[in-house]
Amino acid sequence: MVNDYEKVKAIVDRYGGKHASVIAILQDVQSEYHYLPEHALRAVAGQLRLPLIQVCGVATFFKAFSLKPRGEHTVTVCLGTACHVRGAPAVLDEAKRQLGIEPGNTTDDMRFTLETVNCLGACALGPIVVVDDEYQGQMGPRKVKKVLNKYKKTPRDRRHAEIVVSS
Amino acid sequence: MVELTIDGIKTRVSEGTTVLEAASEMGITIPTLCYYHGLSCYGECRVCLVEVVKGDRSSLEASCTLPVEQGQVILTDSEKARKARKVIVELLLASCPNSKTLQDMAANMGINKIRFKIKDRGCILCGRCVRYCKEQMKSGGIGFVGRGTSRRVATAFDVTPEECRNCGGCEWICPVCEKACMAESLIDGLCGGCQNLAPVETCLVCTGCSESVGPQGHRVYK
Amino acid sequence: MQRLWSAVELEKLRGRILSQRKPEKPCISICGGTGCHAYGCEDIAKAFKNEIKRQGLSKQVELKVTGCHGFCERGPLIVVYPQKIFYQRVSSDDVSEVIAETIIKGNIIDRLLYVDPVSGEKAQFEKDVPFYKRQQRLVFGNNGLIDPTNIEDYLATGGYSALSQVLFNMQPEEVIEEIKKSDLRGRGGGGFPTGRKWESCRNAPSADGIRYVICNADEGDPGAYMDRSLLEGNPHSILEGMVIGAYAMGTHDGYVYVRLEYPLALKNLGIALGQAREYGFIGQNILGSGFDFNVKISRGGGAFICGESTALMASLEGRVGEPRPKHIHTALQGLYGKPTNLNNVETWANVPLIINRGADWYSQIGTDGSKGTKIFSLVGKINNTGLVEVPMGITLREIIYDIGGGIPHGKKFKAVQTGGPSGGCLPESLIDLPVDFDRLTKAGSIMGSGGMIVMDEGTCMVDIARYFVQFLTGESCGKCVPCREGLDRMLDILTDITEGKGKEEDIELLEEIGGVIKEASLCALGGTAPNPVLSTIRYFRDEYEAHVRERRCPAGVCKALITLVIDVEKCTGCQVCARECPQGALSGEKKKPHIIDQEKCIKCGLCHDSCKFDAVIIL
Repeated sequence: MVNDYEKVKAIVDRYGGKHASVIAILQDVQSEYHYLPEHALRAVAGQLRLPLIQVCGVATFFKAFSLKPRGEHTVTVCLGTACHVRGAPAVLDEAKRQLGIEPGNTTDDMRFTLETVNCLGACALGPIVVVDDEYQGQMGPRKVKKVLNKYKKTPRDRRHAEIVVSS
Repeated sequence: MVELTIDGIKTRVSEGTTVLEAASEMGITIPTLCYYHGLSCYGECRVCLVEVVKGDRSSLEASCTLPVEQGQVILTDSEKARKARKVIVELLLASCPNSKTLQDMAANMGINKIRFKIKDRGCILCGRCVRYCKEQMKSGGIGFVGRGTSRRVATAFDVTPEECRNCGGCEWICPVCEKACMAESLIDGLCGGCQNLAPVETCLVCTGCSESVGPQGHRVYK
Repeated sequence: MQRLWSAVELEKLRGRILSQRKPEKPCISICGGTGCHAYGCEDIAKAFKNEIKRQGLSKQVELKVTGCHGFCERGPLIVVYPQKIFYQRVSSDDVSEVIAETIIKGNIIDRLLYVDPVSGEKAQFEKDVPFYKRQQRLVFGNNGLIDPTNIEDYLATGGYSALSQVLFNMQPEEVIEEIKKSDLRGRGGGGFPTGRKWESCRNAPSADGIRYVICNADEGDPGAYMDRSLLEGNPHSILEGMVIGAYAMGTHDGYVYVRLEYPLALKNLGIALGQAREYGFIGQNILGSGFDFNVKISRGGGAFICGESTALMASLEGRVGEPRPKHIHTALQGLYGKPTNLNNVETWANVPLIINRGADWYSQIGTDGSKGTKIFSLVGKINNTGLVEVPMGITLREIIYDIGGGIPHGKKFKAVQTGGPSGGCLPESLIDLPVDFDRLTKAGSIMGSGGMIVMDEGTCMVDIARYFVQFLTGESCGKCVPCREGLDRMLDILTDITEGKGKEEDIELLEEIGGVIKEASLCALGGTAPNPVLSTIRYFRDEYEAHVRERRCPAGVCKALITLVIDVEKCTGCQVCARECPQGALSGEKKKPHIIDQEKCIKCGLCHDSCKFDAVIIL
């Protein structure tokens, strides 16, 4: 825990402890832990001398932040308008069915987190699904299973697994 | 001093006054919910909307956050303002049907049906408690989390915060927490009992109506 | 690299860069925009690099990854210089052939050329492709020539000459006058005259002299990505515009607020900013003129509302993105309560152009009230998806048919949605409408930031309205009641209609509540949020009525109102659908027509999707 506190402190210090940097600080904390653990939020609030609820307010307002640990693969279904008219809702339905979770949630085995995004600006390839950083274009409900299967087989990221266990 | 016209009457008030305060000085009552004297103005509930006339165009503005301007023409009870207020109270009641303050307000405005789906959130997110805690108690233990329809008033991680001194002010100032309308079944989203039968007068000293309403209706303090 | 201390040094450097460039040297320019990125252009670039090395051509052939060329439909795109041969849908397998044939022998590879689907003619060059022919790419055109990570490329196209012109030959007031004379209007959606905005910021009193300029790069409109392509492909043009604006308004601090979902834009902008500082275009004593201006890049947190100026500033101050009442002017009291000027990416990118070529030239382009060009992202049910830059006043028909190549699969055009989620849907009867700020507003839509989503007969307008309201409900900050509760209840009503539970009075209720949300909301998000609903009711009322009265979705989109059936004439009994169906709702013997058990069917569409014989029909 001491180690964790130091980690957060280093991030806060990088921004000179300025209140205005709270969003940037939380972004860096999130890229460190892949989510925002409670102890980190408490540390940020303490360091910045801000009421904890204010930090929580920011952390829950912006979509970039997650207060829950995330799965090892993030499946993001684009719901931009171009993807929508080309059939993204059916793709999302199928992804929900395949993973058995609603967007914003993570499967029990911590393998997949399902997310939606409101446009990635790769509209020519719509409907688009992004798994981690790989774009899967021209998706249809039929292709969802195939794409997910590809990632089911990849080994778990060890570093990530440790974080999940330690939290 | 700034000169403006409210409901056809010219008035002079000092600069920095809000339209709501200026109207209140003239004895004109504009309904409010999130506004509370002594707390900062927030402009959330939009119940205090007034029509601001500019030439042949007009717009609706929340009077609690609208500063007076030289030559401003304000209508506090125009058709447009009333219509918008009615829809807003209807919306609020659909998300908080057991609030007596809202039921009273609806009765006053002649709302006779809630046309929207009732989703009882138990809170209208007026933020009075949040501002009270922060501004009057200098505590800042409660705040808003989430956004859009998942926005709610909360404490961090839903535990009593260290800052809390148990003053109870947050409950006291809430326009919804106080005695709820106990009517068992709502008719068209409205409390079917007592005060729907006759419009209720608004008291001048009323602080968000904590008086229970009996069959005789609301006691009016003058 | 040395820092530049004067206009003369800048021109000297530019001369040196240009003299080192050999226009006759073969160069392969690969489009590296996010669209092509998603197609895998990185692998192609790598393959080219390896192939060039393998063939020992590293010294003779140049390889360049540029910003977005705009024609995303046909990506990955490459252009081979000096002949400027335009290849589309290139894959890694084509790489060795391009080197062997085109680079070494100078032959054109026919199969990689663009073929006009109408005339069947092949286009050798970008300028012959109908998609590009009708465009006027003033702001966007240099994207294909510039490696955004190399400032020398920008300087080679005349970059930062407008800045040096302004710093050494113009007074701040003259700059504002020039922008005012050009009639440039804000490209972010509002369409407010930029020059007037600058003037009020310059004239706003500030006790300590602090003022801010902000570049709004929080492009959140779904289906719109022109700002991103500029940030990724030509970041210096935006920075140059900002420094010019800062000089005109007398400000020394600027922010660029970039949407979080744009990692490549953040990266390229960061590199550009670093280089601009190094060369002395940004920082203390810019080009030795004595003028200081610093820029900070701020990452957005993922909230559409932060595209609203006051919410953006709240977010820059480290607070949640809640807008504030609109009667406090940003020009007087903006960021940290100081006079602030906020412009959109595309607006800033127009500024160097106006300075370089003059307001008189600029104001000749476009219509009476709207000057210059506008970049649109043309997406949806359209043949040529991509970014197009056209002069204001061009008709929707020209954009959709001449540039966009019409609707795919021979379907019928139904509507075009302009202006992002708060815009409106325009029907076929308005297809000859000239596109400019005022005409779009009059037709019940808005220019917005430039999204243009084309819809065909297979798009349900009620579903589209529901989509936008759902989007905005999720993105509403939740502060004021009309927007938070009103949109949520509108969504309830629209959902009911799409599920066949609509009531006769629902349409009127939607209109009533829509009107109140527009009037009573705190900020522009709520103030425009009902537009998609109101405009679809205005132009497509019959579709709403079909849903409500007949419980029918004419476009065959709304799940609850459709039935999937098998066309026995077409079904070959291949059993593919039966294998795909997650519910086991399809049955039938091999080689005999199948049937769908309607009790079991969840209308997921997998059978429709998988049938090779179009035997699954939607009723």
